[in-house]
Formats: sequence, structure tokens, C-alpha cells
Amino acid sequence: MSQSVSVALPMGVATYPLSVVSTQALRKASGLSAKMTLDHASVYYDAFLAVADVNLPVYAHQITAIIGPSGCGKSTLLRALNRMNDLISRARLTGKIWLDGEDIYAPQVDVVDIRRRVGMVFQRPNPFPKSIYDNVAYGPRLYDRIPKSELDEMVERSLRRAALWDEVKDKLKESGLALSGGQQQRLCIARAIAVEPEVILMDEPCSALDPVATLKIEELMQELETDYTIVIVTHNMQQAARVSDYTAMMMMRPDRAGEVIEFDVTAKIFTRPGDKRTEDYVTGRFG
Amino acid sequence: MSVSVASRRWTRSAARERKRRLVNVLMLSLTGLATLLALVPLAWILVEVVARGSSALSVEFLTQTFKPTSLGGGGIWHAMVGTAILVGLASFLAVPIGILAAFYVVAHPDSTLGLAVRFGTDVLSGLPSIVVGLFIYTILVIERGYSAWAGSLALAVLMLPVVTRTTEEMLRLVPKSLREASLGLGAPEWKASFSVMLPAALTGVMTGLMLAVARVSGETAPLLFTALGSNNLSVALDKPIAALPLTLFKYAVDPSKVRNAQAWAIALVIIVLVLVLNIGARLIATWRSRMMR
Repeated sequence: MSQSVSVALPMGVATYPLSVVSTQALRKASGLSAKMTLDHASVYYDAFLAVADVNLPVYAHQITAIIGPSGCGKSTLLRALNRMNDLISRARLTGKIWLDGEDIYAPQVDVVDIRRRVGMVFQRPNPFPKSIYDNVAYGPRLYDRIPKSELDEMVERSLRRAALWDEVKDKLKESGLALSGGQQQRLCIARAIAVEPEVILMDEPCSALDPVATLKIEELMQELETDYTIVIVTHNMQQAARVSDYTAMMMMRPDRAGEVIEFDVTAKIFTRPGDKRTEDYVTGRFG
Repeated sequence: MSVSVASRRWTRSAARERKRRLVNVLMLSLTGLATLLALVPLAWILVEVVARGSSALSVEFLTQTFKPTSLGGGGIWHAMVGTAILVGLASFLAVPIGILAAFYVVAHPDSTLGLAVRFGTDVLSGLPSIVVGLFIYTILVIERGYSAWAGSLALAVLMLPVVTRTTEEMLRLVPKSLREASLGLGAPEWKASFSVMLPAALTGVMTGLMLAVARVSGETAPLLFTALGSNNLSVALDKPIAALPLTLFKYAVDPSKVRNAQAWAIALVIIVLVLVLNIGARLIATWRSRMMR
């Protein structure tokens, strides 16, 4: 059972040990709790249906990847999870999105509170034009007046957690913009985890980074998994295969609405997909 | 016919070449001439003002208040103080309103109110300043008399569209992702505006403010029937108050040669003031942008 027989993925780049498949399937069978649940969630821009009727669990302390061709609504779906779409006045959601049994779109829910619990890392590193320290301290400072010593501790903890501490500990007062792209993205992750969210959304976090920086972020994600629930949108299928536990495959319908066509354990998506379109996509035959 | 095609083409292209060069030289001279002509008024004004104004300029002129010409004519200290009070008070009124309005417009560009503010500032910035003066005269001065308040209010109305517009444009330049990052961390919208957007746009906003101040500090028309002008040093906000442009106007039409010379000196002071504000704005801009990197 536990011998790791490697199976070459159809695309021939990454290999995946078989044992992972079985353990993950086991974990799934043993009943993971869903941190978030999308329940017939659809996103509209005015009358245009952008994302149609998504039903999806986001398992706690797992990494869920959303893959699919460009323009199929992956980012829109991701941004529905922390109500970032609220910033677009034309966008609206039907259906329900639950976070620990609470409907995050319910009228009495405070959107600010949702965004504290569901943090976000963006496609391009976007540190504030402030010092490294102030970038990380930004979130905690929003909520409370925190004593300096405690804040120092929080900043250090977050930077350590984001595997950036050793590189920046001597230049905390320098501008966050002076860092390299990969460091900036890890700074953004440190900034996000400084507010102790429960879920972290990542919108193609490595698309602006080189392979080495990408690898670092991927390793980091695997470490963060123990404390946080992570949802990642990615164009890079190897990345989805490497880091995620579960994968949702999205596709655009003829009416240009995006829908989730398959959701399963990642290893299964990449080895024995249930849908022909998923197979075509992950093997690179289209998309 | 067909034989001549090649040669005709050759001769025609040579002629065209000559014509092209001629047109090039002609256009180059025209644009060059236009550029020179555009510089002439500025240079001429500067030369004239410096030549005629520097003779009356002295330390006493800047530090003394009004005196009759029989006693040497005195100085313009009262007018400088007056302008400082008028412009300072106008900024105090217009800057917060302008900046807050700009934040609203940037955050809600498609809302009815946002569009209305946008349209309103456009109309307001095109309004002749004398109309603003007349407006304040009608609503305030007729009832309560001339005052520094009224003058400041008129200047504030003139500043408002400039402040709103420049702030709005500077905020628009701030990457959208910064605002999203802030909101994504659970910042309320006002906090995202003030802790991230404003600092990122501060250079541009400061420059805009300085230019707005420079613009209104030379305004005369709206002050004519609001602040009125005065020969006394006054800091009372409910009394008429002196201002540099008003004093310039009065001295320029005075029959006395001494007053005329003083008018030129005031012109020089105003130009230097505007110049200092402009250079200050530039310095802040370069200094801040170096800090950011």
C-alpha cells in the first residue's frame, strides 16, 4: 500500500507518487470538514452570467486549486469567496457561500469581517509603498492599538511564517518595493497571514515570478496548509498538480458563463479525470 | 507612353523630394517661430516687471505698512498679511472638501453623485472668477458687509475644482491593486483611502495644492467686492482686508508716480511668490519620489 510507485502524468513533466492518491482518498473518505461551501453560487456582471451555479466544498487545511482556460471565471469565483467582487458595482451573486456555516453574503454580515477571515494574495506582488515592517503591521494595526513589543513579535512571526525573515530582518525599515519580485510576493503573504485569517485566497500568485521564486512560494504554501485553508487559482497545471490536494476544473460554456465541470482529489484529476474535457485540458490537448 | 513611365516617375520624385524638403524647412521654421512667440509674453513680462519693479523694492517696502506718499509711501506688509490670511483660510475651507470629494469620485466613479461632482467641478473650473465674486457679494456681502471671510470664501470656491480635479487625477494613478490589497486585509474603505491611497498619491496632491494656492493668490476680481482691500494692517476676519493683487490694482491706477512704481514692485512680489510655490511643488515631487524607491 505505502510503496510509492511513480506514475508519469500524461503531460510527461511531473510525476506523482501513487501512495498520495490513496492517502488523500483515504483522508477524503475519513470525512474532512468543509471550511467553505459554495451552494449554487452564480456571479453576474449586470445581466451577464460570468460564473454559473457552482457547488463546491473547500476542505479545511487543504489546498484547493481552481484550474481552467483563460476567461472561464476562475478569478471571479475566487473573488466571490471574500466578497472582493463587491468593489465592482455591477457584480452580484446568487446562491450561497458558507463560511463555517455562516452565509457570507447575508445582509447582516460585515464585509470587513469576512475579508479579515478570508485573506487574499494577488496576481502581481502589491506591497504598499511603505517599509517592510509597516507592510506586515498594516493589517494588525487596522483592528487594534497594539503595543510596540507585541507588534514587533507579530511582524517577526509573520515574516518567519512566510519564509522571508532571514532575508529582511536587517532591513525592516526599508521600502517593501526594494525587494525582488519573489520576496515581494512572500511579503504580501506575510502581510496576509499577519491578520491571522482562516482562509487564504491566492490569485495566480506565481504568474509574475521566475521558477526559483515560484518554487519557494509553492513550498511555503505546503507549509501554510497546516494552519490555513488555501484556495489557489492557477494557469500552471504542473503547479496545481504539485501543490494542491483538491482540484476544481472550470470551463466556459457556449454562452460564455464559467462552470465547474469536475472536482476531485488532485491526483485523480491529473491521472484519471472523469470528464473528457478535463483530460483534454490537463494533457495539453487544448486550453 | 509606356516608355516614358520610368523616366517620368524619376523626374517627378526628384521634384517631390525638393518640395518635401522645402515644406520641412517651412514647417520647422513655423513651429520654431510659434514656440518663440509663445515665450515672448513670459519673457517680456518678466523683464518689464523686474526692470520697473526692482527700483521700489526694499526691505522697508516689504516690512512697513501703508503710508501716504508724502511720507515715502510706506510698504505692503499689510497686503502680504492680508493675502496670507485670505489664501490660508481659503485653503482651509477648500482643501479638505476637495480631497474628500475626490476620494468619493474615485471610489464610486459610476454613481450618480460621482458623475454629478465630476460635471460640477468641470463647470466650476470654467466659471469666470468675477462671477464667483459677484455670487459671494450677493449672498454674503450685501447683508453683512465686506470682510476677509467673504474674500476667503470666494477664493475657496475658485480653489475647490482645482483641488478636487488634481486630487482625483492623482488618486486615479495609484494602482488599483493597492486599494484591493488594503481592503483585502479587512480595511474599511476610508482607512484604505487614507492609509494607502493618499500617501501613494501625496506627491501629486501636494503639487496640485501648491498650484491651486499659486493660482488664487493672484486673483483680483473676486476680491474686489468681497475683501474690498484696506490700507490698514488687519487680521480681523469680519472686516475688509488688504490683499496684494487689490493693492496692486489700486496703486496702478493711482496718479502718483510713487504708487505706480510700487504697483510694479507688488507685481514682482506676486510673481516671485508664484514662482516659489511652483518650485516648491517641484521639489516636493522629486524629493518624495526619491523617498519611495
